[in-house]
Amino acid sequence: MTRVKHCALVLIVVIAAVGSYGQVAFERIVNAAKEPQNWLTYSGDYAGRHFSPLDQINTTNARSLVAKWVYQTAATGKFETTPLVVDGILYATGQDDRAFALDARTGRPIWLYQRQLPYDIRPCCGRVNRGLAILGDKVFMATLDAHVIALDAKTGNLIWDISAVDYKNGYSFTLAPLAVKNFIVVGISGGEYGIRGFIDAYDADTGKRKWRFYTVPGPGEPGHDSWEGESWKIGGAPAWITGVYDPATNQLFWPTGNPSPSNRGEGRAGDNLYSNTLLALDADAGKLNWHFQFTKHDEHDWDATQVPIMIDSGGKHLIAQANRNGFFYVVDRTNGKLLSANSYAKTTWSGGKDAEGRPVANKESSPTPEGRTVCPGAIGSTNWMSPTFDSQTGLFYVTAREECDIFSTAPQPYEAGHAYYGSAYFPSDKAEPYWGALRALDPTDGQLKWEFRHISPTYSGVLSTAGGLLFTGDAEGNFIALDAASGKPLWHFQMGGAVYASPMAFAVDGKEYVAIAAGSSLYTFGLP
Amino acid sequence: MRRMQALRLRTLELAVLLVLLTSVKVPAADRNPFSGDPKAAKAGEFEFRINCAFCHGLGARGAGRGPDLTHAQKRHGSSDADLFQNISSGIPGTAMPANGTNGQGVGMTDEEIWQIITYLRSIEVKAPSQPIGNAIHGKQLFYGDANCSLCHMVEGKGGRVGPELTGVGTARTVEALIESARNPSQKLAWGLTEPTKEFAQEYETVTVVMPDGRQIKGVALNEDNFSLQVMDTNEKIHLLEKDKVSSIKKSRESLMPVYDNTLLSDEDLRDIIAYLQSVGSK
Repeated sequence: MTRVKHCALVLIVVIAAVGSYGQVAFERIVNAAKEPQNWLTYSGDYAGRHFSPLDQINTTNARSLVAKWVYQTAATGKFETTPLVVDGILYATGQDDRAFALDARTGRPIWLYQRQLPYDIRPCCGRVNRGLAILGDKVFMATLDAHVIALDAKTGNLIWDISAVDYKNGYSFTLAPLAVKNFIVVGISGGEYGIRGFIDAYDADTGKRKWRFYTVPGPGEPGHDSWEGESWKIGGAPAWITGVYDPATNQLFWPTGNPSPSNRGEGRAGDNLYSNTLLALDADAGKLNWHFQFTKHDEHDWDATQVPIMIDSGGKHLIAQANRNGFFYVVDRTNGKLLSANSYAKTTWSGGKDAEGRPVANKESSPTPEGRTVCPGAIGSTNWMSPTFDSQTGLFYVTAREECDIFSTAPQPYEAGHAYYGSAYFPSDKAEPYWGALRALDPTDGQLKWEFRHISPTYSGVLSTAGGLLFTGDAEGNFIALDAASGKPLWHFQMGGAVYASPMAFAVDGKEYVAIAAGSSLYTFGLP
Repeated sequence: MRRMQALRLRTLELAVLLVLLTSVKVPAADRNPFSGDPKAAKAGEFEFRINCAFCHGLGARGAGRGPDLTHAQKRHGSSDADLFQNISSGIPGTAMPANGTNGQGVGMTDEEIWQIITYLRSIEVKAPSQPIGNAIHGKQLFYGDANCSLCHMVEGKGGRVGPELTGVGTARTVEALIESARNPSQKLAWGLTEPTKEFAQEYETVTVVMPDGRQIKGVALNEDNFSLQVMDTNEKIHLLEKDKVSSIKKSRESLMPVYDNTLLSDEDLRDIIAYLQSVGSK
């Protein structure tokens, strides 16, 4: 009897151990800082800081960094992934919606999943994907044909696959989902097609939709009157970058993109809520608690789809964003009130602010059929690449680009599934050649502390680490380590392909690695 | 019985095959379904403006980066099938990206690509019956008194400091070629954005001072945040690490001399352009 009891106990212990091995419970993501060897969510933590608490690689030894392994996807197109690492396994996505799991020490593959995409998808701006979410024993991918899928983290086998919306009408997913509690949050892409944007939450076990928040309010909903006539139906406001989550208040903070058509305000008079807006949503219900609109009635494609970062400073609970429109916004995240908005790059589109302190557009910068030169340019002062906040230096770091372009209108009728941006861009003869910079900003007001100049703009995000380092990539293929306090470059490695991704860090067997995608390859670096 | 069954099956298979053959339209990539349709040309003009004009300029007349597309004779193929292929898949070895991959725009449908081709056909300029100048004399000038070949190569002959010019006669408008000679600093090759980063040369003038005081002046072949490759006026390539030089000065003033009327008459310049056109259309 005793022996049977003992066996049963052993069995239970074994089952519990097997069941929990490699499992990523929600609490682990909440407490991500307690396991610095892992990178459990798109931005490294729920606050969006893109910061690694690892310090083995630091300012004293960064000069000796060497390449550890390279994984090639052998796929063309921009490779935008930010990998996840859990207990020695690296999970990432590649071009054309592939997902893969690798031995994080060696880069040797464990499994590969390749989505069979319909032939007629036409996502804007490349067949890209920025990464996975992990929860329990599954990884989650949002696909270019507007599906959300769950894969077995051990095998890559498909567990469930749901269609969020019909891709034929211009909808797609490119972002890394966010796992919260027992559900998966995603935001749609398609601001170039006259979609109606939304943010969805799906049950992680079944794929059943838990809630949907339309980023363009329907009839009878608050904000609906900010759209002229029927323009709300094709108002855009996609939500294509992974938002952040505040466990203390159970709120999602999720930024949205441009109204459609992007450069042509005619026909959609009004503020066009909730385009270019930071949304505070109750995570369980998907209900709006507050909103802050960065750019009202946008005519420059000032997508606010940049990762916002939750920062606590001086007893205040802030959320800060370096916006595509060239301004650095600091918002009180308890109520959505704007605290400051100062430019961190060259801006000519706005010369004044409204009563709340929000920059407003000049009439002279409104695009015309002939076109007008505006700064920032077509890509903005920054874009989707991750910024980082380093609590050790107390600085916010962002990849900035200095570029001015001609913005023109190009009126076009709406046709489902066809381009509907009403815009054309041209290089301006009057403008300087484009250049870029990694800028260190005061997170409370966006004031510039220092910059590292790039000879041309880069699409690389920035990682900060407890080793006093920043890591970033450049358009010419260099991976660079800099002193986070001074911006001095300490080390670089030529990877042979332009960077369209954000670096991240992890550790296996007590050794720290830094990883970044460049060209068609995923590179990792470590100490010799 | 079995044989009958097999025959019936074969008949059925044939019928299915026939139905399939008649009902499935295989998208033809070699023939323009809108050929000569002015409505399609108009739609194509719009598509061109939002998808192509950033590089090729309004009216397809060529801009800093993309060639003039109004010539009937195009360097990478002039047939409908060639154009469709080039727009769909890009042109390897050039800055021309495949449809939907340029990071700025939306991928076009086959229909929209054909509309663009229809538009390009509608604005094509036939080669003038008379050349713009005397190509034989132009060639003599190019390799002789005008000194063009000291820096520029055509069909494997000439210098290396300036851009290779074999295809330029068809890639650029006459106006752009005249401007390049009369005011070479006006438009250096435009700063290239990400999708075309591997073709980064802008022919910026670079002056590097070495720690021993030696000065290197030439054009930047390539550059990143840490290194610089320079060709000096003697065609020597200098491979430099930025932290090992004393100073680097870059200038948008071209190394090419300004060919004003006193240096090169309008007539002589037209002869040189005629020569470049005769080479480019080969």
